[in-house]
Amino acid sequence: MPESLAITKISDLANPTRFLGLAARILPFMAGITAILFAIGLYLTFASKGDYQQGMTVRIMYVHVPAAWLSMMCYSVMAISAIGTLVWRHPLADVSHKTAAPIGAAFTLIALATGSLWGRPMWGTWWVWDARLTSVFVLFLMYLGLIALNRAMDDPSRAARVSAVLILIGFVNIPIIKFSVDWWNTLHQPASVIRMGGPTIDKEFLWPLLIMAIAFTLLFFTLHIAAMRNEIWRRRVSAQRRMAARMAGRTLAKEA
Amino acid sequence: MTHTFYISASYIVAAIVILCLIGWVWLDGRARQKELAELEASGIRRRSARPAPTDGASS
Repeated sequence: MPESLAITKISDLANPTRFLGLAARILPFMAGITAILFAIGLYLTFASKGDYQQGMTVRIMYVHVPAAWLSMMCYSVMAISAIGTLVWRHPLADVSHKTAAPIGAAFTLIALATGSLWGRPMWGTWWVWDARLTSVFVLFLMYLGLIALNRAMDDPSRAARVSAVLILIGFVNIPIIKFSVDWWNTLHQPASVIRMGGPTIDKEFLWPLLIMAIAFTLLFFTLHIAAMRNEIWRRRVSAQRRMAARMAGRTLAKEA
Repeated sequence: MTHTFYISASYIVAAIVILCLIGWVWLDGRARQKELAELEASGIRRRSARPAPTDGASS
């Protein structure tokens, strides 16, 4: 039956051992392509001319905008994984959302820091509590909360279920971040790339931005797969240590 | 402060955070691999990694 064949294939991919084999094969290629894309993106970034209004500070856009996109995409990946944990109890789903949280926090930190460094010369202030900035700051706090929650609970499967519920509740913040510049009057500019009617940004700035965005996205997936592999190894180490402790206990009981 | 300061600071902050992230993932992977190798060296293996019985007896 084709349907049962498809289910078998999906089950095969859900196997952590198969995932480790796949990760070992694809990680070197992903890391190589990421490095090449960053080299091209950074060359185009520093070869581009300044904006007629912002001057050379437009170059901050090439790190700020991809980091901001990634901060939201990472949370979306976590939300999909959370569904995998709660609905299908996918073996890799809880590993996925646990390991994505620190990476998402790092990209959100880059977006907040570079946004502040861009805001000072352009807006005349490091920070304002407008809808876009505040909602991204809330996202950063949510990432930190999820990292803390995962570290606070000893049982990984229980921590995964609690985290998954919180991730899905927190997902409401993602459309708020995206549409905050349309729904409220903010100091932050409205969308100029992903918008109805196409990008309003000039092609000279758009191409380096897109290449940097692809490089950041590939960096995220490379780090995420590597972190998932590390988490599977961590769980195997603790399982094997428990097994060793049980074996030692049985030996001691026999001797007594 | 000049615009060059803000641009340089942005790229330096991004580079530091990304390098810390890469370093953390890499070092964590190495530490876990070392732990698994130590466990294997002391004879503790996962059930699926143990050699199968050769005489046909079920375990």
